[in-house]
Amino acid sequence: MTLPFAIIAGLTVGSAIAAMSLRNLVHCALSLVLTFAGLAGLYLQLNAEFVGFTQILVYVGAVAILIVFAILLTRSTEPKDEPATVTPWIGIAVAVGAFLTMALAVLASPVGKRVAAPAPEVSVKTLGQKLMTDYVLPLEVMALLLTAAMLGAVIIAMKDKEGQR
Amino acid sequence: MADFFQAIDQFPVTLKHWLMTQLGGVLPEWAEPLVSAALSITPILAVFPLMFALTTVIERKGLGRIQNRIGPNRVGIPLTNIRLAGFGQFIADGIKSLIKEDVVPRAADKVVHFLAPIALLIPVLLTYSVLPFGRNMVPLDLPQTGLLFFFAVGASTELSVFMAGWSSRNKYSLLGAMRAIAQMVSYEIPLILSALTVVMMAGTLSLSGIVERQMWHVAMPGIPGDQDGLLARWFLFTPWGLVGFFLFLTAAAAEANRTPFDLPEAESEIIAGYFTEYSGFKFAIFFLAEYLGLFAMCGLGITLFLGGWLPPVNFAPFTWIPSWCWFLGKLSALIVLFIWLRGTLPRLRTDQLMGFAWKFLLPMTLINLVVAALWHLLANSIPLVARWPLCFAMLAVPYWLLGRGFEAKFTKREYRFAN
Amino acid sequence: MTPLSGYLFVSALLFCIGLAGALTRRNAIMVLIGIELMLNAANLNFIAFWRFSENPETMTGLTFALFSIAIAAAEAAVGLALIITIYRHFRTANVDKVEDMKG
Repeated sequence: MTLPFAIIAGLTVGSAIAAMSLRNLVHCALSLVLTFAGLAGLYLQLNAEFVGFTQILVYVGAVAILIVFAILLTRSTEPKDEPATVTPWIGIAVAVGAFLTMALAVLASPVGKRVAAPAPEVSVKTLGQKLMTDYVLPLEVMALLLTAAMLGAVIIAMKDKEGQR
Repeated sequence: MADFFQAIDQFPVTLKHWLMTQLGGVLPEWAEPLVSAALSITPILAVFPLMFALTTVIERKGLGRIQNRIGPNRVGIPLTNIRLAGFGQFIADGIKSLIKEDVVPRAADKVVHFLAPIALLIPVLLTYSVLPFGRNMVPLDLPQTGLLFFFAVGASTELSVFMAGWSSRNKYSLLGAMRAIAQMVSYEIPLILSALTVVMMAGTLSLSGIVERQMWHVAMPGIPGDQDGLLARWFLFTPWGLVGFFLFLTAAAAEANRTPFDLPEAESEIIAGYFTEYSGFKFAIFFLAEYLGLFAMCGLGITLFLGGWLPPVNFAPFTWIPSWCWFLGKLSALIVLFIWLRGTLPRLRTDQLMGFAWKFLLPMTLINLVVAALWHLLANSIPLVARWPLCFAMLAVPYWLLGRGFEAKFTKREYRFAN
Repeated sequence: MTPLSGYLFVSALLFCIGLAGALTRRNAIMVLIGIELMLNAANLNFIAFWRFSENPETMTGLTFALFSIAIAAAEAAVGLALIITIYRHFRTANVDKVEDMKG
């Protein structure tokens, strides 16, 4: 384990815990941004530059902004007297159980001890060529999905014409 | 003779190299990359804030001239009688903002309020790391992802704006932040699409690679410039590059919140937008970050369309000027253009702003992308004299049609209360 | 260089933090954030397995991660639009309060 990895991993996990446990929702969203940035750092450590910067562009630049807008539009920042969580212990127990299972699986498998090969030569050009040849069907489906999602989001969030309520 | 000019051209690079070899024996091994990075960063941190300081004075003086007044002309070097025609103003402004009281509203979210200016300044400074300022002068050369890095880091400034606006607990701050985010998200799309045209034609995401593609002696099909290599092949000289540059510049002005797109900080409507509740040095940081963001956008525009550090022609007196001087000269020209625009154009309304981004800029950038592809495909079948007007017409007609739609909409303004 | 297990542990931790959040928080937006975290944990796994695979030239993990990022963006857009509509209708974003099926 190297020092940069330890720092980035600690930051990512710590901010993820903060993102899930803070009471103020805007603070949660801002911690989430830190998690996204930390994940991008991990991708850079894994020599996946393109995906790392795409992660920042999409998550920090778009998804985080969406979340923040939704928080403000639903007035979720206003203090409430009700607790922020429901029956926390069952949920946490399920999560801890899931983590223990996964950790045991990782420790038991020989894959975990694999050491990385020298950094692979990946150029954005070959990635693009792959996307336009081998993966062209998923790419087209993705384009369709994004269009459908955009139309759907606009129609769902559009105000009703009659102005009820 | 040529050697001498080349030595001046490469002076920053050789200086850094010399310093590194001098320090090489003294430094421990782990510190060397750090020192090398610090040596690359120092000129950026010295040149661009100084440029910001001078720009504030030039802007005030220029706006003064445009508005038929004189502008600042008093402050010179402190404790002397030298006035420098008012160019000492930035020193006075800096000292003023440093010693002003730092007021934080009682209701504000203290931590976020403190972090917002830092979170704004750092991404803006990071964008400079991939810009090629001169020949062999890129602080961080990312051959695969240079442009993507620029946009990814630039996109994270939106969140800092939100942090500033939300943490102030002030309705004007929040309104300004919301306006700013909506504007930046909308104008990011035409900005990236117009830059994407260049990426498509140059075939690389590396910014230094894009500059090299605009050089005279790299043979690229589809880019004009005579074959002997006297004229530079800036992308500006192609129809798609010409249109793309102006689309890029418009979107960049909106990204940097410059007039006529300065709604997020419209003084007459919402005080100062998202930094209403900031004072003293934190306010100065916002001011600095805004101008540095504008410079970075201009630098990117220069790199993409104006040939970066390349001179326009490839013969003697022009090639003697060092490459970094060409870059800084083009940058200054664009900054003056933006000051001029600020003095000339009125501010848009919010619906006009959004309509302009989605109904005019976005279709135009998409058409531009298609025209660039056509330009590339027709390179071998149609001679340049016919191809240029053809492609330009394919861009001019939609421009005219889209513009006519807007004109029809804007001229019929009803004054509901005046009538 | 960190072995693969390091990345897998981080990914597992992120997944479980997201799971715990999605199961326990009351606010619908927080549930969505938890789901985003779980998606990101899966992405980290894709990239890590790609980097440590026998032949990374095929780039399967990279392309999968790119597609997954795009899907996550679409999911966030639709999910948040739904939450805003629900808020307009019920005046709350609390998932426990939204229980009647009547329109």
